[in-house]
Amino acid sequence: MAIGVEHFLTVAAVLFTIGVFGIFINRKNVIVILMSVELMLLAVNINFVAFSAHLGDLMGQVFSMLILTVAAAEAAIGLAILIVYYRNRASIAVDGINSMKG
Amino acid sequence: MVAALFFYMFAALLIISALLVITVRNPVHSVLFLILAFFNGAGLFLLAGAEFLSMLLVIVYVGAVMVLFLFVVMMLDIDFSELRAGMAVYLPTGLAVSIVLATELLMVFGAWISAPGALKLRAAPAPEGLSNTEALGRILYTANAYYFEMAGLVLLVAMIGAIVLSLHHRPDVRRQNPAEQSARRRDECVDLVDIKPGQGI
Repeated sequence: MAIGVEHFLTVAAVLFTIGVFGIFINRKNVIVILMSVELMLLAVNINFVAFSAHLGDLMGQVFSMLILTVAAAEAAIGLAILIVYYRNRASIAVDGINSMKG
Repeated sequence: MVAALFFYMFAALLIISALLVITVRNPVHSVLFLILAFFNGAGLFLLAGAEFLSMLLVIVYVGAVMVLFLFVVMMLDIDFSELRAGMAVYLPTGLAVSIVLATELLMVFGAWISAPGALKLRAAPAPEGLSNTEALGRILYTANAYYFEMAGLVLLVAMIGAIVLSLHHRPDVRRQNPAEQSARRRDECVDLVDIKPGQGI
């Protein structure tokens, strides 16, 4: 059987759900939360690429590239914040993260 | 047939490794499974015909971003068993939300049909006879040059932000200051004293 756009969309939907689930079950661990966000972004990218291939429109792939850029920037900033937070508190538990405000 | 076989292999490995990312105890293993997930995602992109994005995912994402993750996870010395303590508490809520979300997404995809005029609305139809990379380059640097430059700006801001956040000055460390060194004048630091023979200073 041929692989259509629905197959890709199903995989992306499952992947996105796993990302959301990962955020829920790792409520205290910022690193795994960041990784779950990466998984969700990968799911979004798979959707974009699947529709781009399905419709023969390259704009989806351009957009997907922009998402990769933003995801890389987000990872860099998130990890920098994580390092500063760890330096100040010697822990990365999300519980005390409201101490960062103002 | 071979394409279908590879699709199911990549999809299954992608979902299994994604599940392992969020459930394994050791975050270093988590990052390694995330790398596996991205490799399989790149395989899916390849099957969909997006060769350039697939290579981008492997080179930029696995090669740079995931290595950054790995660095940070290994650099921070964290007691992870303590961080996993609340897992059982959040599990029912997480499962409920995930099942609802998955059902909604799959119902949307089940009932999805293409609009009759959709093909006329394409912004950049893929040209015939060009490789994916060449076709992408042709629209990325011409019609979408503005987006491309905005992406560069986002990366610049992220770079400056990351440096500003993680740079910290330690007052107890003496540092070399080249500007101060080269700004020294002879008359500030050399004092010539004419001493008569047989006499002390």
